[in-house]
Amino acid sequence: MTPAGLSEEILAPIRLGFFVECDELLAELEAGLLALQAGAYDPKIVDAVFRAAHSIKGSAGAFGFARLERFSHAFESALDAVRSETVALDPDLFRLLLRAADALTDIVNAARDGDEAAGPPTDSDALLVALAALAPVRTARPDSEDDDDGFAFPPTPVVLTFASPRCWMIRLRPHASLYAAANEPLLLLRELGRLGDISVALDATALPELGDLQPEEGYLAWTVTLVTNENEAAIREVFAFVEGSCDLSIRQESDVVHEAEGPRTHPAEPVVAVETPTRTIRVDLDRIDRLVNLVGEQVISQSMLRQRMIDAGLSAAPGMEGPLDDLAHLTRDLQESVMAIRAQPVKVVFQRLSRIVRDVAAATGKQVRLTVAGENTEVDRTVIERLTDPLTHMIRNAIDHGIEPPHCRRAAGKPEEGVIHVSAAHRGGRVIIEVTDDGAGLDRAAVRQTALRRGLVSPDALLSDDEVDGLIFAPGFSTSTELSALSGRGVGMDVVKRGVQALGGRIAVTSQPGEGACFTLTLPLTLAVLEGMVVSVAGHSLVAPLSSLVESVRANPAALRQLGSQTCLLSYRGEYLPLIDLGIAFGYRQVAPDAGMGAVLVVEDGLGGRAALLVDEILGQRQVVIKSLETHYRAVPGLAAATILGDGRVALILDVDAVVATHRPAATAAPLRRATG
Amino acid sequence: MIGGKTILTVDDSRTMREMLLAALTDMGHRVLQSEDGLAGLGCLRNHSVDVIITDINMPRLDGFGFIEEVRRDPRYRATPILVLTTENHSSRKDRARRAGATGWIVKPFDPAKLADAIRRVAA
Repeated sequence: MTPAGLSEEILAPIRLGFFVECDELLAELEAGLLALQAGAYDPKIVDAVFRAAHSIKGSAGAFGFARLERFSHAFESALDAVRSETVALDPDLFRLLLRAADALTDIVNAARDGDEAAGPPTDSDALLVALAALAPVRTARPDSEDDDDGFAFPPTPVVLTFASPRCWMIRLRPHASLYAAANEPLLLLRELGRLGDISVALDATALPELGDLQPEEGYLAWTVTLVTNENEAAIREVFAFVEGSCDLSIRQESDVVHEAEGPRTHPAEPVVAVETPTRTIRVDLDRIDRLVNLVGEQVISQSMLRQRMIDAGLSAAPGMEGPLDDLAHLTRDLQESVMAIRAQPVKVVFQRLSRIVRDVAAATGKQVRLTVAGENTEVDRTVIERLTDPLTHMIRNAIDHGIEPPHCRRAAGKPEEGVIHVSAAHRGGRVIIEVTDDGAGLDRAAVRQTALRRGLVSPDALLSDDEVDGLIFAPGFSTSTELSALSGRGVGMDVVKRGVQALGGRIAVTSQPGEGACFTLTLPLTLAVLEGMVVSVAGHSLVAPLSSLVESVRANPAALRQLGSQTCLLSYRGEYLPLIDLGIAFGYRQVAPDAGMGAVLVVEDGLGGRAALLVDEILGQRQVVIKSLETHYRAVPGLAAATILGDGRVALILDVDAVVATHRPAATAAPLRRATG
Repeated sequence: MIGGKTILTVDDSRTMREMLLAALTDMGHRVLQSEDGLAGLGCLRNHSVDVIITDINMPRLDGFGFIEEVRRDPRYRATPILVLTTENHSSRKDRARRAGATGWIVKPFDPAKLADAIRRVAA
């Protein structure tokens, strides 16, 4: 039998849910503590924080997680002291409470891993002592709390059994309050009947004349003679709920009675009936992913169907257009609804960050505070899952390399405590996540030096500040002169960038020396669909993500300027952009067509660099379902993914960053056509 | 006790609600769930219940306030209300009783204790 007395089969899924709830409660707990630490005392937040620890304790006990129960109980008691304002709300207190929250997280995780008793890496015992010091009165185990009626925590109820039954005289006179609390004398008598043989006498002498009768008053009394093997405690137990709401006397009449214990009444077996109104259900993620994929296929089928109808001249047939449009709308609604199922607030990722900040700050001896904004911004689960790693590295880097040690900050006239601000927002169908620090900013001289040493730039390269800043994303780049234990090898910004690109996102940095740096992640809301501009190049269809597109213009020969034999520039709104013929870039053709014949897509990469892409024809804007090239073929430089168009043909989706990068002045990447073969 | 009862459980802990649901349906009862006192009152407006089991520490409207509100409604004056709580102080029980609680079940959760308490208060 399990601790909660339910079968393991029933208990297992509830336990799983418990851990999910624990994660939520822990996040709430931490967020609350951070809010209290950051601002004024708010009783509502204190209550919420207290309840979180309280809820964990309550359920932990039910599952028999003794350590978790003990720790959360101590935590709860400490929080109760905070709630009753008996302890000073100083930085030390919050440091302790946050460390306790971390320890609680560790113990929850240990319990989840089925190893609750094993020591998690935190010094939870020392924390227990520290928490106990905050609330000396209530830190004991629950079973030592003041409990006077023996009902609540009977560790092992000891029932003294007498050799032979005894006779008891019980007198009960309910007060009005007994009735007011919906207690029922009849039920009390029935309970007594379960203990043995009873005979009951009603005393109605106090009953007034009908005219004087107060219906809510208690006028009746009962005298019960009970013959039982049970002791007095068992009899008192029957009245546990009504103690104080009645006159009660229990007296042993005689030592021995002759009759044996009478038959007991047993409750009828209850009938199975289930009505469980709930507002949420838990669904296996695989099922949702399958649904998302199916809907993706349907989007393709629907647009193919539409295309075929148009090609066959059927779409103009009477009565055809309405249903076709309806189908298109329905498909789109369906797709959005399905995507909404998987959408999650970025909160789930943000919540993990404050612990990282604390850990890294402690390891580096820096003082850092994390502030967050826009944590309810929703993003597809697939994005959320893969957001944690890049974001973690960015935060670690920001603290390790960005935020200065306290004495340096003081010398620079800044507060000793650095601030990392993480925000999320929706913008133009994408989610923008910014990690801003108020540290020293990028050391451009050092960045340039390193880039030179690594051969990433040529010594005479003319680089703007932004371009220098962008060098930190180059593969193999690391501004740290020594291998820091925190950043370590391989978690440089190049790795972060790869992770972000794999998500179909972009990363950029802006930096002000002495004032800090801001890393901006631009991510798609989902990895399943993409808004794109479909173009044709040398008979092939390509898709340019709309998010990278600045403008599409008709090619105008007058706006072109040839530089040498290789390079052609397009004059665009007062600046010259490199003109890249996609046909040559992807090896579709050797010679660019007459520029005046085609169209030009002005695109912008994640670093703000712009380029003009020459194509033959713009076919139109479309929502396409992304099919991974890596899954179906292999990664191809310059291409982000593939899709299937309405006519059934495969179209390749451009990786605009990679295409633009090959035409940057200091570019070191191999030309695309060589890479693609 | 014949047949199952309709029981409203009010608890902000989802785990605890699930536990109660599993245990109570196992006993043959029908279960309604609310996540705090306010939601519980809303549920009572639309459903009729035989027994109410409520937590004390809840957001928006706590168990004491919830019980007091329920008792104000003539329909629920005689409905047994059990308090499910980890608080085992006499003062807490007294307060619950004054609010109109019929009885209590002290966590850690145990279906046997639960069944026992329901039997004691429900005809």
